[in-house]
Amino acid sequence: MFEAILLTVITASTPLVLAALGELVTERSGVLNLGVEGMMIMGAACAFVAAQLTGSPYIGILAGILGGGIFSLLFGFLTLTLVANQVATGLALTILGLGLSGQIGEAFVGQPGIKLQPIVFPFLSDIPFFGRILFRQDLIFYVSIALVVGINWFLFRSRTGLKLRAIGDSHASAHALGINVIRTRYLAVMFGGACAGLAGAQLSLVYTPQWVENMSAGRGWIALALVVFASWRPWRILAGGYLFGAVGIGQLHAQIVAQNLGIVIPSQFLSALPYAATIVVLIIISHNRRTTLINTPASLGKPFVPDR
Amino acid sequence: MRIELQKRARVSTLFSVLSPLLALALTLLFGAIMFWLLGKNPVSALYSFFIEPLLEVWSLHELAIKAAPLILIAVGLSVCYRSNNWNIGAEGQFTIGAITGSILPVLYPTWHSPLILPLMLILGMIGGALYAGIPALLKTRFNTNEILTSLMLVYIAQLYLDWLVRGPWRDPQGYNFPQTKGFQIEAVLPEILSSGRAHWAFIFAIAAAVALWFMMRFMLKGFEVSVLGQSERAGRFAGFSARRMVWFSMLLSGALAGLAGISEVSGSIGHVQPVISPGYGFTAIIVAFLGRLNPLGIIASGLVLALTYLGGEAAQLSIGISDKVSRVFQGLLLFFVLSCDTLIHYRVRLIFAGTKTAEVKG
Repeated sequence: MFEAILLTVITASTPLVLAALGELVTERSGVLNLGVEGMMIMGAACAFVAAQLTGSPYIGILAGILGGGIFSLLFGFLTLTLVANQVATGLALTILGLGLSGQIGEAFVGQPGIKLQPIVFPFLSDIPFFGRILFRQDLIFYVSIALVVGINWFLFRSRTGLKLRAIGDSHASAHALGINVIRTRYLAVMFGGACAGLAGAQLSLVYTPQWVENMSAGRGWIALALVVFASWRPWRILAGGYLFGAVGIGQLHAQIVAQNLGIVIPSQFLSALPYAATIVVLIIISHNRRTTLINTPASLGKPFVPDR
Repeated sequence: MRIELQKRARVSTLFSVLSPLLALALTLLFGAIMFWLLGKNPVSALYSFFIEPLLEVWSLHELAIKAAPLILIAVGLSVCYRSNNWNIGAEGQFTIGAITGSILPVLYPTWHSPLILPLMLILGMIGGALYAGIPALLKTRFNTNEILTSLMLVYIAQLYLDWLVRGPWRDPQGYNFPQTKGFQIEAVLPEILSSGRAHWAFIFAIAAAVALWFMMRFMLKGFEVSVLGQSERAGRFAGFSARRMVWFSMLLSGALAGLAGISEVSGSIGHVQPVISPGYGFTAIIVAFLGRLNPLGIIASGLVLALTYLGGEAAQLSIGISDKVSRVFQGLLLFFVLSCDTLIHYRVRLIFAGTKTAEVKG
């Protein structure tokens, strides 16, 4: 029982972790992309359609990544090249993504999807309990864990990561040092888009292998909250992502448990829990103004026009 | 080829007027391409999308019905955005306003009095304002990001409404449909003209837009909004309080969204049901930007966006295009508005390889 619950928590948490990791890199470069929800749903639609057309979920994954990444370029062009307002452009990305994905997926509504099969590690997967939980997962799960480690190394141990953080903290100084602010930010935005797209692919290929309109159901927004919660650190994204995933799955089980005990809790109240939990977490994390100020990339959301 | 921006010495008045129109033209162009890709005749598709709904009296009434909530919400949001408070949860405030406003007709269906309608509208505004007060409180007290909290509250409000109409508020004689009893006649927002369905919400919308235009243009409060939005520091020197502005803008926009909610339920639907809005609260964000955050501009842009809803329905019937096309149109429109706004503050130059420099847009 516990094992089964843990497995569903992992499946529910992976998209949150992935999307939040991508947004973390984007925000570390000083760009606030509120379009995660839109990029995620585009990734989900592209992945599902590609997998249906080719019969291969791996091509689906690729399509999800490309879909999210290319879609994020729109945001990049507007905010980086045309210096449009980042908050408004992010919202535009979400609105357009929800519409466009509905259009893309329309012909595929109700079709049974292709589920991405787990990759079983020989021997390791035979370890009692841990083996089944850690070594019998699908590719996207392994990628999400690798990304946590990789991004942590990249941001805090590599030269390029240092430059990226420098841009996020002061784009003017970074520019003066000869770092190409705009190019780096474009790459960071695209990375964020690709991660959100992969998260979407996980939704439509693993979590619920089918296409349902608006199937991201606010997960992109929760991922945004997760970045704040994690104070822009990859490891905390992993912890926070699993916490949020557990709340989401926990409410489903609470409904069953309550039903068995004869307690009537309206299902809507329990469904609202993940959203309410997000608000509570944001309050706890943000109430200390000083630590928030220290952790937030100083140039976050500020437009940059290079002077020549 | 690359694009280079050059800050204008002063804001271009020409492009302030031209940019929304340019954005509209670009959206239509892209829309035509999209229809062509879908294998439809672009001209006739655009015609049935954007012209046909304007040709008949009944559909003009529908236009007013759809434009009313958009304008009401968007003028409130424009004050928020001008003061740098990012309330994106208008959809939730709309929902809660609809709920609190409906308390009277749902709980007292036999109360027949001319008082009921004004009370409903007031309760709707209070409900919306209180709901917007949550992110305001969290922002001022706990420094919490209002974008995320106001959005999370949308989901919570929708689930709450869903529970209400499936649970305690469900009409026992309603054959198990998840909806309340129809409102008594005194609780229904009356129509403006006898020629069609358009009701008083449209009048409220125009009144709110004009009132807020007056405030922004001629009153100290309007000046306070712009100053605090452009520079909180400068506002502090003038003795304005950013904290109070959070409350003012959020409560105002929440109240207007709540008014839109109760007007929609009372005027257009006549009862409460699980889904009461085709995303008005989010589309209003586009309306606010297309109207360049100017209340009078918002009247025009509200009508344009209402047309995309109507056109979507019409095109679905006449040429068999999915109504999701209207969502795509709305998203595209916001993109083009935001990119065209760049022209107001910057000269855009295209620089080709080599030394040749071409100036495109002056």
